[in-house]
Amino acid sequence: MLRRPENWLKALDRSSDNLIEIRDLMYSRGSRVIFKDMNLTIKRGEVTALMGPSGTGKTTLLRLITRQLVPQHGAIFVDGVDISSLNQAGLYELRKRFGMLFQNGALLTDYNVFENVAFPLREHTNLSNRLIRHVVLTKLHAVGLRGAADMWPSELSGGMARRVALARAMVMDPEILVYDEPFVGLDPISMGVIVRLVRRMNDALGITSIVVSHDVAEVSTVADCSYLISDGKVAASGSPDELHAANSELVRQFMHGMADGPVAFHFEAPNYAEQLLGRDAE
Amino acid sequence: MNTLVRDIYNSIHEFVRTFGAFQLFFLRLIRHSPRMIVRRPGLVVKQIYNAGALSLVIIMVCGLFVGGVLGLQGYANLSRFNAEDSVGTVVALALIKELGPVITALLFAGRAGTALSSEIGLMKATDQLAAMEMMAVNPVRRVLVPRFLGGVVAMPFLVAIFTCIGLFGAHLVSIDLLSVDVGAFWQQMQLSVSMDDIHEGVIKSFVFGVVASLLAVWEGYNAIPTAEGVGRATTRTVVISAIAVLILDFMITAVML
Repeated sequence: MLRRPENWLKALDRSSDNLIEIRDLMYSRGSRVIFKDMNLTIKRGEVTALMGPSGTGKTTLLRLITRQLVPQHGAIFVDGVDISSLNQAGLYELRKRFGMLFQNGALLTDYNVFENVAFPLREHTNLSNRLIRHVVLTKLHAVGLRGAADMWPSELSGGMARRVALARAMVMDPEILVYDEPFVGLDPISMGVIVRLVRRMNDALGITSIVVSHDVAEVSTVADCSYLISDGKVAASGSPDELHAANSELVRQFMHGMADGPVAFHFEAPNYAEQLLGRDAE
Repeated sequence: MNTLVRDIYNSIHEFVRTFGAFQLFFLRLIRHSPRMIVRRPGLVVKQIYNAGALSLVIIMVCGLFVGGVLGLQGYANLSRFNAEDSVGTVVALALIKELGPVITALLFAGRAGTALSSEIGLMKATDQLAAMEMMAVNPVRRVLVPRFLGGVVAMPFLVAIFTCIGLFGAHLVSIDLLSVDVGAFWQQMQLSVSMDDIHEGVIKSFVFGVVASLLAVWEGYNAIPTAEGVGRATTRTVVISAIAVLILDFMITAVML
């Protein structure tokens, strides 16, 4: 259950290694190509942000990395293993090394907070109830919600639900924590709490974090490295400072939140005047 | 003309594909079932409670009135031939062979089947199933199999209860209300209902239990993960279950005649 010493050593030993590598990834849904020839590397022990305008497939990329989806072409390596080569048992073994925070928390609605956090332990270990209680309370304490252990998911605010989900994602002591839009729809206080938790979990537990987000300001405070994804490719990468200083028009538009630019304000449409005059129907 | 042919081809192709997927889905549920029964009996028992115990009220009330109306109709029509003593036989055969399994299955689809579909569909829409996948827990095994087994186990019991309450309803109506002779009522029934009739009812109740539960979890699991999609899946559960139950009822009756 707890991180084994040899894994610690391995992690320290290979601290400069690339934990996740994406090579020539191609993924399309129907006729719409979402990723084409995408290459991306996520370093061990860092907080890596995947940013991009809405609809660029950031969440899809997360689902590809965790093999909830399978790419049409290209390979994704996690710790040197091509994940498309795994059978279901191998995949589940791999997923035990992941913790994922879903956008809406995805708490199980028929269990209370305590049982939600205990869920992976009950499914995967034979720990005694006493030990499970200890571990769950520790994790809940880490996210500041030990007092909410007996509450039900429907009684939680959005920020609290996400913190409970974070406790659940951490409960098996994963090596990789994946956050899908962790900052969306939170009030400034909850947002601050989550931002600090992301950074603290990463540093205190020595794990690797992947954050999908389009909140430039928040990401800049937590990420060691950011990738800006647009048009199915990596448009830019680097530390938040490097991205802020970048020359590319697209990066500038995104980082500074400009309404118009390479990502057009107007969705593709026929000529405005002609449409108003009704000529487009002819 | 060309598009018509293509449309027909596409529909057939889609139907065959869905039907194949449905069968594979059934086999997956069967494959995981023994392990869940042995390792996680608590989960299965909880679903038997959800599908069975929580359906008891509707089953019992409907059973009482179906039995009562059978008693009324049986008496009214049989008394024309001075055969009102046979009302027990008529009611018992109708309930045990046909109405018990069929009406229970239809009520089950409406009460428990819709609950299963919407619950599973909502779990999908709120990423709970994906979250389980990410926690290396197989949602088919953890969520679908116990619910499927719960329905399969509960249905024969519900049918038995429906039938018994129905007989009681017929007893109330024909003996207490219409003064049929109580001895004749029960003796005629015992003389004419054979073990084969009961077997037919049991087989039907088991088959309907499998079909109604299977359709409910299938529709929920394949629901489009939106409010509208879950609503539509719930409706389809009732409609398809009703059609399947009635067609299968005809087929089983034809085979067992």
